Amino acid sequence: MAKTVNVWIDGNQLEVPDTMTIIEAADKHGFYIPRLCYHPDLPPTANCGVCVVDLAGSPTPKRACCTPVAEGMKITTNTKKLRSYRKTLVEMILSNHEVVCPTCVANNKCELQTLASNLGVDMEALPSILIKKPADDTSLSIIRDTNKCIACGRCITVCNEVQQVYALTMSERGIDSHPDTAFAHGMANSPCVNCGQCTVYCPTGALRERSEIDEVWDAILDPEKHVIVQEAPSIRVSLGEEFGMPLGSVTPKKMYAALRKIGFDSVMDTNFTADLTILEEGTECVAKLKAGDKRPLITSCSPGWIKFMETYYPDLADCVSTAKSPMSMFGVLSKTYYAQEQNIDPAKIVSVAIMPCTAKKFEARRPELRDSGYQDTDYVLTTRELLRMIKEAGIDFANLKEEEADEGMSFYTGAGTIFGATGGVMEAAIRSAYFLVTGEELENLDIDAVRGLEGVKEATIEVPGFGPLKVAVAHGLGNARKVMDRVREGLNTTGESPWHFIEIMACPGGCVGGGGQPYGNDIASRARRGLALYEEDRNLPVRKSHHNPEVTRIYERFLGEPNSPLAQKLLHTHYFERSVNTGQVVREVTHKH
Amino acid sequence: MYKKICSKYEPTKDNLIHILHEIQDTHPQHYISDEAVEEVSKYLNLPTNHIYGVLTFYSMYSTTPRGKNIIRLCESPPCYIKGSENILRKLKVLLGVETGETSKDGLFTLELSACLGVCGNAPVMMINEDVYGDLTEEKVEEIIEKYRRAQ
Repeated sequence: MAKTVNVWIDGNQLEVPDTMTIIEAADKHGFYIPRLCYHPDLPPTANCGVCVVDLAGSPTPKRACCTPVAEGMKITTNTKKLRSYRKTLVEMILSNHEVVCPTCVANNKCELQTLASNLGVDMEALPSILIKKPADDTSLSIIRDTNKCIACGRCITVCNEVQQVYALTMSERGIDSHPDTAFAHGMANSPCVNCGQCTVYCPTGALRERSEIDEVWDAILDPEKHVIVQEAPSIRVSLGEEFGMPLGSVTPKKMYAALRKIGFDSVMDTNFTADLTILEEGTECVAKLKAGDKRPLITSCSPGWIKFMETYYPDLADCVSTAKSPMSMFGVLSKTYYAQEQNIDPAKIVSVAIMPCTAKKFEARRPELRDSGYQDTDYVLTTRELLRMIKEAGIDFANLKEEEADEGMSFYTGAGTIFGATGGVMEAAIRSAYFLVTGEELENLDIDAVRGLEGVKEATIEVPGFGPLKVAVAHGLGNARKVMDRVREGLNTTGESPWHFIEIMACPGGCVGGGGQPYGNDIASRARRGLALYEEDRNLPVRKSHHNPEVTRIYERFLGEPNSPLAQKLLHTHYFERSVNTGQVVREVTHKH
Repeated sequence: MYKKICSKYEPTKDNLIHILHEIQDTHPQHYISDEAVEEVSKYLNLPTNHIYGVLTFYSMYSTTPRGKNIIRLCESPPCYIKGSENILRKLKVLLGVETGETSKDGLFTLELSACLGVCGNAPVMMINEDVYGDLTEEKVEEIIEKYRRAQ
């Protein structure tokens, strides 16, 4: 139990738990201490020194981010000296930083830029000592520009402690220290799974997605091309905030209108293939349950999770659903089903996906995802990239007149939309799997046990004719490890998994917290966006994937039935084992039916 | 070979430094390769990025192949005041290398070092395990010649 202690911040007496640091106590009670490397979601790295405060009785200032509070502590947050320290620190950081703000992706979102501006730093105070180095552009998803890096260490913390991917480390020491991959081989030759959480927590523009905006504009402006676009569930709850709307505004119809204004020829929706995924994966799950298979079924939507599994748990690859992700199902269908229905040459179709995700860029380029005869998904843009396109097009998003999506692959149910929040795929699957097993409809659709931001969630659902269905949900790859270790242990000892069905999402919070989401993507805003998806679900007329009329139609006109031979060919995939050192493919571990 | 070295130690994290030292000391090129790190990573169940972080933190480890003899010239203030800059220039000329490089014949790698603890004899350098103090340009020439002859 935490004890309560009395501390004084700038003369104000406060009671705070003794487990807090000074900066946490100050934040909780509304006292602002300038900071740069500290982020409330992450353990402190204590690298920048900007958060220094004076403590009565201490000869030197202390860093508020890593100094615990103590009984009787008297803290002064601002003095002439502290102001001068902070300014000097930021001036020193800037002297070793490539200052190209107007063209930087982080412009207006950069924590260093904001702090320098707030502190009234003199840009000319120190001459630049920056020795320019080439960026690490090996990765298909993430660019690492060391010239903008301020060595705060957040990327390393989130990579190693939260995600436990172990791609980045602090290399060298002193003034030379900088984040790097092992042997400086580059992100593409490391165990990096492209989750992009490093890009989310980077305070500057040093870590960013590999942009495909120009390629997408080129396709749109090419009259020969037919450009079709899909948007992931979480996009519709993440755009409004950039245009002054409340965080978590649900804006699917403004999103469609904006995409049409930008010039996409066909505006569809990933939520449609999310519903389709439920039928494919749900059918797979039911077949497994009916066969009495002791190995669990694990979801396959999250590309960061899939590469993580291939790297660290290839022995369990056969437990992972063979269903492609909703994005990849959409990609392949856009060049088969859609091309056929619309009578368009698939060679002329450019399939674009708007994703909250950097790992989707890697997924789109997986060589095995070409079942249409073409690269199924041509380009993936993150939410941040779409925001830039909306701004380039000069669209007044908040005041846009709402429009509907085009028909064919855009109708979605509440089950499809909650894919974007942790637990959503599980909840959507249960709603349909219950029907597939019992032939009856599930009455209570809100499965609260799998909602919320607890790292690992477990639930048992009574399914008539089957018995208790045990499920688990993990988000964030550190939590995925906890679940996968128990599955591995169970299978290796008793031969049984603790759960029948498991949902895993690479990013904390699920896709709403994805590595491609707008800057300022902290845990609190992830929670708010997740709630927005549940709110949309509640208000939609259809809330179960198997009642999606466009899904019914695609099975009638094209696919036959879930898991049919054509569905197997187009909508399912296989997995590889990857080296834990280089992330490169070692061998194929599951095979396509 | 790396496996054999690892197996001499308990597979616990605190043996990392010892294992790395032995790998480097027994390697003819006095360095720790990717393959060595991968082997240690497996043995200690430590990710390679962690090991790389340790390797680059300590200046005594090298991740690139080095010469037969490693020269470490002290760059601390007492040696600097006593003219280590001149010694460094002389060494560069004698060996035909810049700091951190290995001579073409593979005999010498020239490195700078923090204080070697014999400031009374500044300027000082170490070649492998041996310390040479009160260096002058002439003395450096003799010492290098001695190592070349020993070859």
